[in-house]
Amino acid sequence: MALLQFPGSPYQSDDDFERDLHTEHQLLNMGPSHPATHGTVKFLIELDGENIVNLDIQVGYLHRGFEKECESGTWYQCIPYTDRLNYNSAILANVGFCMAVEKLLGIETPERCQWIRVLASELSRIADHLTRCGAACLELQAMTPFLYGIEARELTWDHLEMLCGARVTSNYIRIGGVKHGLTPGFADSCRAYIARTRELLKDFDDVVTSNRIFVDRLVGTGVISREDCIRYAVTGPILRSAGEPLDLRKQQPYLVYDEIDFDVPIGEVGDNYDRYLVCVEEMHQSLRIVEQCLAKLEQLGPGPVNVADPRVRWPAKGRVFNHMEELIQQFKSVTEGPRVPAGEGYLAIESANGELGFYLVSDGSAVPVKVRCRPPSLINLAPMPDMLKGALLADLIPTFDFINMIGGECDR
Amino acid sequence: MESFGSAALARLQQDLPEALRETHAQHGDATAVVEPARILDVLRLLRDDPQCAFDVLSDVTAVDYLPRRPRFEVVYHLYSIRSNQRVRIKAPVEEADAHLASAVPLYASANWMEREVFDLYGIRFDGHPDLRRLLLYDEFDGHPLRKDYPKERRQPLVGPRN
Repeated sequence: MALLQFPGSPYQSDDDFERDLHTEHQLLNMGPSHPATHGTVKFLIELDGENIVNLDIQVGYLHRGFEKECESGTWYQCIPYTDRLNYNSAILANVGFCMAVEKLLGIETPERCQWIRVLASELSRIADHLTRCGAACLELQAMTPFLYGIEARELTWDHLEMLCGARVTSNYIRIGGVKHGLTPGFADSCRAYIARTRELLKDFDDVVTSNRIFVDRLVGTGVISREDCIRYAVTGPILRSAGEPLDLRKQQPYLVYDEIDFDVPIGEVGDNYDRYLVCVEEMHQSLRIVEQCLAKLEQLGPGPVNVADPRVRWPAKGRVFNHMEELIQQFKSVTEGPRVPAGEGYLAIESANGELGFYLVSDGSAVPVKVRCRPPSLINLAPMPDMLKGALLADLIPTFDFINMIGGECDR
Repeated sequence: MESFGSAALARLQQDLPEALRETHAQHGDATAVVEPARILDVLRLLRDDPQCAFDVLSDVTAVDYLPRRPRFEVVYHLYSIRSNQRVRIKAPVEEADAHLASAVPLYASANWMEREVFDLYGIRFDGHPDLRRLLLYDEFDGHPLRKDYPKERRQPLVGPRN
């Protein structure tokens, strides 16, 4: 807007006019309970007009003492706590923890169990990405795509419920196996689910991907370079959207990921739009993996889903009621669980948010000395002030959504 | 998995033998216990040496081995994108005046993770740009992941700060 030129005005141009305004920075407190931060986190924002000058992120509102609780129970009692880390994809944390304990115990799980674990992990990953993309739309004031996403997530959770009886806090994976194999009718139902989810993703894509408002809010916001990602140890879709194809399922294949055919999508510029595209493509890849798991499990036929190792395997109920030895073993398994040999080990899996690692230390007793969870949510959140310096306050919302900080995992 | 990170350990033995206390590769995880005073030299070598190139500091945590002495161990997990290897570096820390040099000048990711270790174990990191509690609040009394902090202990109520 051109400035009106009054005779004798000291301002010769728009710039002069703004220079003489006595402005000051404003402190804005956002959270810890705010509709656009799904999760309890507090932002202390220093604003110059609408631009972010400084950002202090205060986490910890959901701190439950995960590690302290784990260090005062048995190894088995840790598994339900891992459910409550990332409540969108509980099974991924289950798998990570149980595989880390198996590493210390030196246990190799049966092939059938490994395929079931991959199947359950990928369903969890889909649920997580659907929440991320759906909630981001909701917080950008688009209700319709959110409902498409949530319908697909409900279907995903229905199938997790078929698998293990719980929708969110699954507690499905056991040390040395899984709770039980696939339930009757699961495979057919899951194939129908895959077809329906692809339709819903198509609907989601139609409404969102080239939507003018959505694109404008996402392109060029929350940019982080590949080098900054590495400096901050950022992993997962954020790192991949910045162009680094690091996916532990490919780089350090665990379970049976090396036998599965899937691609790792990467982005170019590392902005929120790239993160969105990477997440959507990862969901399609996960659906492919689920299809391959179903086919493979049918081909494998019935078989054991738990190791026969008596240290971790509970005896069959029929024998517990009739045999003294099994009764004693049952009693010992329930009251103290496995004794893990003294030592330490770190095992990382690719969770929906990035590298989810467990560093365990055992002194040979039934109680862990240390259960460290390397939380991708927390570590991915740390560079957020750098991603938003100078950006508009409104850019904070999609950036935070696509970082996908999950309070339970971030604060533990 | 045999050679996991062992090239890095060989490199450390060759270049900084006096900074190493012991090494092992239990369960295939290459591990080095180093002199706490030399931690930054070790990390710098692992990061900058072109053969190692451990460019990602994945994790920093601590373990309380009460009643052993030295009581604490600060544990670093490094990952190299180029060679796809991990290595674990451990620095023992005494209980009295528990402190260690901060790795923030080398790795930006150390910032929040060292704040967390300070918060939960009370180990100070010298040279850290912003050593505040991360998960707990400023008025919290004690460091809850220490083994002598009872799980049932209550904290005093804190009123609003402004």
